[in-house]
Amino acid sequence: MDTAINLVYLAASALFILGIRGLTHPRTAVRGNLMGATGMLLAVAATLLDRQVFGAGPQGLAVILAGVALGGAVGATLALRIAMTAMPEMVALLNAFGGGASALVAGAVLVSAVEPSAQTTVATVASGLIGSVTFWGSLVAFDKLRGLLLPDAPVVFPGQQVLNGVIALVALGLGAMVVAEPGTVAFYAGLVAVGSLLGVLLTISIGGADMPVAIALLNSYSGLAAASTGFVLSNDILIITGSLVGASGIILTRIMCKAMNRSLVNVLVGAIAEGGGSKSDADAVYAGRVKSTSAEEVAMLFDGARRTVIVPGYGLAVSQAQHQVRDLANLLESRGVEVEYAIHPVAGRMSGHMNVLLAEADVDYDKLKEMDAVNPSFEQTDVSLVIGANDIVNPDARTDPQSPIAGMPILDVDQSRTVVVIKRSLSPGFAGIPNPLFSADNTLMFFGDGKQAVLDLIAAVKES
Amino acid sequence: MDAFLPLLTIFMLAVFVGFEIITKVPPLLHTPLMSGSNAISGITIIGALLSVASPNRATMVLGFLALVIATINVVGGFLVTHRMLDMFRKKD
Repeated sequence: MDTAINLVYLAASALFILGIRGLTHPRTAVRGNLMGATGMLLAVAATLLDRQVFGAGPQGLAVILAGVALGGAVGATLALRIAMTAMPEMVALLNAFGGGASALVAGAVLVSAVEPSAQTTVATVASGLIGSVTFWGSLVAFDKLRGLLLPDAPVVFPGQQVLNGVIALVALGLGAMVVAEPGTVAFYAGLVAVGSLLGVLLTISIGGADMPVAIALLNSYSGLAAASTGFVLSNDILIITGSLVGASGIILTRIMCKAMNRSLVNVLVGAIAEGGGSKSDADAVYAGRVKSTSAEEVAMLFDGARRTVIVPGYGLAVSQAQHQVRDLANLLESRGVEVEYAIHPVAGRMSGHMNVLLAEADVDYDKLKEMDAVNPSFEQTDVSLVIGANDIVNPDARTDPQSPIAGMPILDVDQSRTVVVIKRSLSPGFAGIPNPLFSADNTLMFFGDGKQAVLDLIAAVKES
Repeated sequence: MDAFLPLLTIFMLAVFVGFEIITKVPPLLHTPLMSGSNAISGITIIGALLSVASPNRATMVLGFLALVIATINVVGGFLVTHRMLDMFRKKD
């Protein structure tokens, strides 16, 4: 029986790997996700036949059914209700639950273990520590993304790194005690408590702009916690799956850091708040040189345009303007204008978030261009329409080596013939610096809420 | 301790497999990748099921809590990923 169960686990692991491979192309992605879900169903079904689970009798089964029904109802409600604009929050929550489940399972095994092996206890410590850091860190990330209790800006105070270091040492000390005396449950409880505190402290110092990195990193942690739990249970499928997720999170973290030209350490300590180098003065950059425009004027620009590139940013998500933007693009295309979208890797608050929003609005994914693909084409672009984006189109990143965002790869919209920026005001973006693009000779500022501004544009284009 | 090396081997190989396939996922699908990977990391549900069935009361209670939140991950993760990926389908 055990062999049969393990064979099913093996099949499920293969389905997970094939499922992720399906995500390498939008055409195969839906099928890939279904393969993963099938693998999960098989793994759960096989576990129910396990001697220990099956032997628990009808009472045990009733508890299992209750737990699955409760979790399933909450999960389904969340998944079906959540707005596409809130997807970063959803992923933060899922990260939290993944880490929490691992720490709980490790604890559950520890409390009833009889003379556990060193492998079990060491893995339990890893699972409990990583799991609790992930759980509380992700909840802090969720809170920051929702804007509930904590400020968007990094929370930093003197001696923070020293404090974090001391707490990490205390955690390791408690971990050593768990390994030395696995029978004393209080040590594990203490470890989880200290891990929780560490999770909060490590995440409050990360600013809102760096959330794409934080979410990817916590995603990786939740995978590592699951893999650790696999070592606790000596279970292959948990190890395989956990390491896949851990690898995924690490890769995404690296991509995000690169897209912001920041080191991981730099992101973790919230260093951009102190802003290295010279911060150019907003007045000096903008004074008397910002040109404000109207819907009618932009409509005239579109009238003579052959190619337009739309650059969405976080502001698009905030004003939920994706459907209106799609309508505008369709209208322009019907008038013979070529329209493409330029997606910066860290546009929004999560990698790939803009793509999801535009896909929600039925924009064909072939029109969503990655930074490296679209940048050479800006010189041949008549109008670039920037909606709610700031730092990712700041030419200072290219030209001013003293700028806090120096070296960050940006979308070269300033090289198009005309740039129209839809924005509420001249307020700075996440990096807290003025953007010389807004006062460039070929830039027109269209002040207003993203959605309303695009609606005005549609009306004006129809009239022209 | 005998079981440790084979497990470590599996861990290491799986990390390599992970790196190989995930670098091929385009940025277009990074958000569904993250929700989908959360769904499969809900595999901890297996550990939760084993713990719930334990005769030890404390293990059962912790296992039950783990079961609830792991199920949220599995059901919520796969469903929300499906919702997103469905939008990337070509309409023809």
